[in-house]
Amino acid sequence: MQRNPQLNAKGELQHLLSIEGLPREVLVQILDTAESFAGVTEREVKKVPILRGKSVFNLFFEPSTRTRTTFEIAAKRLSADVINLNIAVSSQSKGESLLDTVANLSAMQADIFVVRHGSSGAPYLIARHVKPHEHVVNAGDGRHAHPTQGLLDLFTIRHYKQDFTRLTVAVVGDVLHSRVARSLIHGLTTLGAPEVRVIGPQTLLPSGVESLGVRVFHDMRAGLKDCDVVVMLRLQSERMGGALLPSAQEYFKNYGLTAEKLRLARPDAIVMHPGPMNRGVEIDSTVADGPHSVILPQVTFGIAVRMAVMSIVAGN
Amino acid sequence: MRLHIKNGRLVDPATGKEGSGDLFISDGKISEPFSKPEKTIDAKGLVVSPGFIDLSARLREPGYEYKATLESEMDAAVAGGVTSLACPPDTDPPLDEPGLVDMLRRRALSLERARVYPVGALTMKLQGRALTEMAELAEAGCVAFSHANVPLADTQVLWRALQYAATFGFAVWLRAEDAWLAKGGVAHDGEVATRLGLPGIPGFAETIALSTILELARATGARVHVCRLSTSGAVELMRRAKAERLPVSCDVGIHHVHLCDMDLGYFDANCRLEPPLRSQRDRDALSRALADGTIDCLCSDHTPVDEDGKHLPFAEAEPGATGLELLLPLALKWGRARELSLAATLERITCAPARVLGVAAGSLAPGAPADLALFDPAAALRVTPEALKSQGKNTPFAGYELQGRVRTTIVGGNVVYEG
Amino acid sequence: MKLPDAEKLCEQLAAELRPRIDAKSAMIGLYTGGAWLAERLHKLLDMKSPLGLMDIAFYRDDYHAQGLHHDPKRTRIPFDVNGRDLLLVDDVLYTGRTVRAAMNELFDYGRPGSISLVVLADRGGRELPICAQHCGARVEVPAGMRLRLTRADDGRLALALEPSRAA
Repeated sequence: MQRNPQLNAKGELQHLLSIEGLPREVLVQILDTAESFAGVTEREVKKVPILRGKSVFNLFFEPSTRTRTTFEIAAKRLSADVINLNIAVSSQSKGESLLDTVANLSAMQADIFVVRHGSSGAPYLIARHVKPHEHVVNAGDGRHAHPTQGLLDLFTIRHYKQDFTRLTVAVVGDVLHSRVARSLIHGLTTLGAPEVRVIGPQTLLPSGVESLGVRVFHDMRAGLKDCDVVVMLRLQSERMGGALLPSAQEYFKNYGLTAEKLRLARPDAIVMHPGPMNRGVEIDSTVADGPHSVILPQVTFGIAVRMAVMSIVAGN
Repeated sequence: MRLHIKNGRLVDPATGKEGSGDLFISDGKISEPFSKPEKTIDAKGLVVSPGFIDLSARLREPGYEYKATLESEMDAAVAGGVTSLACPPDTDPPLDEPGLVDMLRRRALSLERARVYPVGALTMKLQGRALTEMAELAEAGCVAFSHANVPLADTQVLWRALQYAATFGFAVWLRAEDAWLAKGGVAHDGEVATRLGLPGIPGFAETIALSTILELARATGARVHVCRLSTSGAVELMRRAKAERLPVSCDVGIHHVHLCDMDLGYFDANCRLEPPLRSQRDRDALSRALADGTIDCLCSDHTPVDEDGKHLPFAEAEPGATGLELLLPLALKWGRARELSLAATLERITCAPARVLGVAAGSLAPGAPADLALFDPAAALRVTPEALKSQGKNTPFAGYELQGRVRTTIVGGNVVYEG
Repeated sequence: MKLPDAEKLCEQLAAELRPRIDAKSAMIGLYTGGAWLAERLHKLLDMKSPLGLMDIAFYRDDYHAQGLHHDPKRTRIPFDVNGRDLLLVDDVLYTGRTVRAAMNELFDYGRPGSISLVVLADRGGRELPICAQHCGARVEVPAGMRLRLTRADDGRLALALEPSRAA
């Protein structure tokens, strides 16, 4: 088996490509570092000089304003120079290959590539071809992984629940197409969460999903029972009306999170969502804006987590 | 040329006979012993075997000369001891008219290396709608008809094609994969694909399609060869079909008896194959079925892909792997793992595929064509893509330590390769 | 070699600082040894303003060579630094680079009225124009060794020599 391409010869994080395969200590290091950066983001001067003179290239082969913005803010708060490239509408449409694009940017002295790509594994391909001093951070690849989102979810859970080893966490919805779900599940199992559940219709769960270490529920009420954490996944509208799901109404009825269903979870349960939310499709507004929701703190924590990831990889 | 090969260890898979001895060649055929040869080859320490027969090697001509050329791939063939090969019709344009087939055969013949047996397209442009002129194509040299890896979703067209082929007694070679179930998939639908977030092709996409094919073979009486089995379920279906004495045969690719979906590792695009690498259980079933004869033969499924086609994210990478030069060492590796005799191992890449092709090769009996491979079965071979003769350097076996090196390849009594 | 008694030095430093403490004073300790010392002094001096604790990991000047230090602590300064007379506390003063980083970080919190440096021990070897206003003792440290503060389970502080990581 090849060496984990995310780690250097000393076992330190050189690229962040996936949560899967990262040792527990590395995850904890990222979360602890993010905790320190959370302090920085609460200051009046929200900037530290650590990445002064470094260049961060946001390479988005798939449009995503939100993720790109949080990476941009994080990089700027580390004093790095940020260059945003919306490749979806530039060189790729002119037929330039992925690796040519990366080689070109590398010639412009990049230090960190933040990569979002529609195809699973694309950041691995890039990481195999960058120079030793360059670092790749996966900002979401196909259905495979979205490790910084997974880490910010873990950070949020730790913030509200402290100890992972007593938690029951439910991930609800379109696990099949979700890189967020895969990253979070790997993170939770690595950090010792004893029960991770996935809840959804069979059409939205990948085959052999149990092999990720989760319990499968098709009945949302049964799945939510006594949960400490409920993670709702985004359901994209293009999944509707085809062979996966008949309609948004039927989906909401069975798998939408309402205040009534949430009462089945523990009284102090938190509700998370990676955003952007489809109110009335996967989550009811009373829950999204209610006392259990930690959806907005997730966004704030996301910046500290991305600061931690970039400052750790760029130093290794 | 009157040739004498001495001191070799003769292995004749057709008879199962192994032993040291001399081999005589004249007029391009194996002959009875004679004196005063024009040339003598000392095969001390080497196995003398019928040349290998590969049921699927893409030569990329016409249309894909940037991936490989007839010259480069024919060099690769003889360097791998392959003396006969069948090439699938998925060229550009596809082999759907006699002129193209004729040209390909002439080009191949003029290179004086391995024998090339074109497989004609079953439908025009491989579009799955109109039948090709099979009789004309057969006259031009097509040994069988197939749809390569292109889906043929319309089962009525498949039924008609088999009826028509059966009318003339032509063989039809088919991949078993349900086009709808496989749609969009790039990896075996299982734990690995789930982990890597790759769209999956379920194993039953193969068994469902194979059931259809076998039922149509039963209905039409067509001679069907099923290409590149990949699942244990398909092996079981073939076992039953053969027990029933349906006129069917099948093969498996060299990658599928050695590798499984775990080998995708971190999105290794060289493991992007058609059919996809399946589970460990499937791999083991294929390996066993090849040993017990349920699967008739082993082929390289040689598919040279250029760097641009592989330096892409897994799902976007072009499927296929180079294989002509690895057929022997990988067959030997399989045979050793299954504890088979050398003759039994070589049978799967010599006389068994010769039977499927319907050609009189794969034997050392006097009168057989003098197509031979002289190889050292114990010589170490570290797979180095750059060292391959094939223009395709794409192999998941890069860096593997294998055994078996071809030293001399003879086609029609002429030495076409010396390594 | 005999090292000075850290407990005695603490008492001595507290006595030295006591006359300076007024309503404008506040104390900040640098992780890890400086934080222990600051906690002790803060208690001995019975200071009214809460104690600040600082980790200078994000301001270090050796990031490009060393990368980010593992497990940085969260800096917490629970008071407004503007106009304050700050006592910046560290265990050992050596090159002065840590103090440089700490001052940079402090100024991202505001504009203090003044900063005084308090250290338990000064081992010389300065690489920057920095000196301590309050120093417990001067200590000679053999080449290749590191001087640092340790804290026992019962909270007792002691100075210790150990081989430096670079050696």
